[in-house]
Amino acid sequence: MQKSLVSITDYSKEEMLRILDYAAEFEKNPNQHILDGKVVATLFFEPSTRTRLSFETAVNRLGGRIIGFSDAATSSSSKGETLKDTIKMVSNYADLIVMRHPLEGAARYASEVAKVPVINAGDGSNQHPTQTLLDLYSIRKTQGRLNNLNIFMVGDLKYGRTVHSLLMAMAHFQPTYHFIAPEELKIPAEYKQFCDEQGIPYIEHKELNENINDADILYMTRVQRERFTDLMEYEKVKNVYTLKSKMLENTRDNMRILHPLPRVTEIDYDVDDSEKAYYFDQALNGLYARQAVISYSLGLL
Amino acid sequence: MSNTENKQVKIVAAIKDGTVIDRIPSDKLFKVASILHIEELSDQVTVGNNLESQELGTKGIIKVSDKFFNSKDINKIALIAPNAKLNVIKDYVVVEKKTLHLPSILEDIVKCGNPNCITNHEPMMTRFHVEDNKTLTLRCHYCERVMSGDDVKIL
Repeated sequence: MQKSLVSITDYSKEEMLRILDYAAEFEKNPNQHILDGKVVATLFFEPSTRTRLSFETAVNRLGGRIIGFSDAATSSSSKGETLKDTIKMVSNYADLIVMRHPLEGAARYASEVAKVPVINAGDGSNQHPTQTLLDLYSIRKTQGRLNNLNIFMVGDLKYGRTVHSLLMAMAHFQPTYHFIAPEELKIPAEYKQFCDEQGIPYIEHKELNENINDADILYMTRVQRERFTDLMEYEKVKNVYTLKSKMLENTRDNMRILHPLPRVTEIDYDVDDSEKAYYFDQALNGLYARQAVISYSLGLL
Repeated sequence: MSNTENKQVKIVAAIKDGTVIDRIPSDKLFKVASILHIEELSDQVTVGNNLESQELGTKGIIKVSDKFFNSKDINKIALIAPNAKLNVIKDYVVVEKKTLHLPSILEDIVKCGNPNCITNHEPMMTRFHVEDNKTLTLRCHYCERVMSGDDVKIL
């Protein structure tokens, strides 16, 4: 059966676990012929080189062909064509659409208009489900399990969509959450309410310090300058929320640092040499997770 | 309906055929009138406001002759005056009393409050899931934002 992936909540817990199992198979065997004779369209209405290369590598390694564009300026949407018409046209040619769009809800609408499945590669500040799946894959791979982990989320917890999706997805696995964020970027009330309803314990911290010693996963995010109305506040916060290698001294051996990348100042470069730094491996896991999602969306697994 | 309220209703002239929307909170009367586009109707319309009401203190009432609203319009009323009563009149007699209720999905009734939502950029229908009837919490089917009734505009 063919199935779109727009929002992480489109997948049940069982489906997420299936995807992780498939991803593990692709990691062992990344080059396969599952997509022989298939055409995948990658429609990037806003540029995102990292995500596009990951998806396109996934298709190439599975033997599929790619059509598409990497910037709305080179697509007919710059001539005023509606999203509906673009999607209708492309779904005549391709077996699967991978799309990134600056507007929230664009991928959901495309999935309703298209004749073929749609994978959301990011719709504005709303969803980026394959990022969540690669995060889950990275957590399970480094911890050997998903259940009963101490998950620390650090940085921009207000606007960070990766954090919100991860919070929803991990809710299936009895986590304890720790939220470390400056006042301006605190986790929104609706997510705390979600945790309360699900019976998930959470603790909010103001500072990044020795309280990370209990962490199994330290999920860092970028604190963006443009989020602050007061730039002096940004300068203050920027340094307080920077992870330094000496802060790792008393952390657990199994603790791993994740980051959706790109990072700016929130992780010092000297952390990169620590065996606890996992963010570059995490990015590679995206390839396997996307191979799994693409094959599953086409009903080929 | 109590006796006093009955008399109050009669202050506003009775109609032969049409629709009476009663028990509208006074501060919502003109909002209801505007979303139903009452001002554009050529039918005979009577509007009363700040009438005495035992339940509400004061209330508003709208009577439209020879006009029977469809369910989409009725759902719109439920968004702002959920406890209003809608009576269908035929030959001076109430033939149907409709209680308003908000459906679980609102299609093309409200506009999403998120300017970055696809529904505000494409010629398409909006779609909202009613998460909570009482607090009027809505979730946009497309951008997935949760918003209160005050954040959305009625189309």
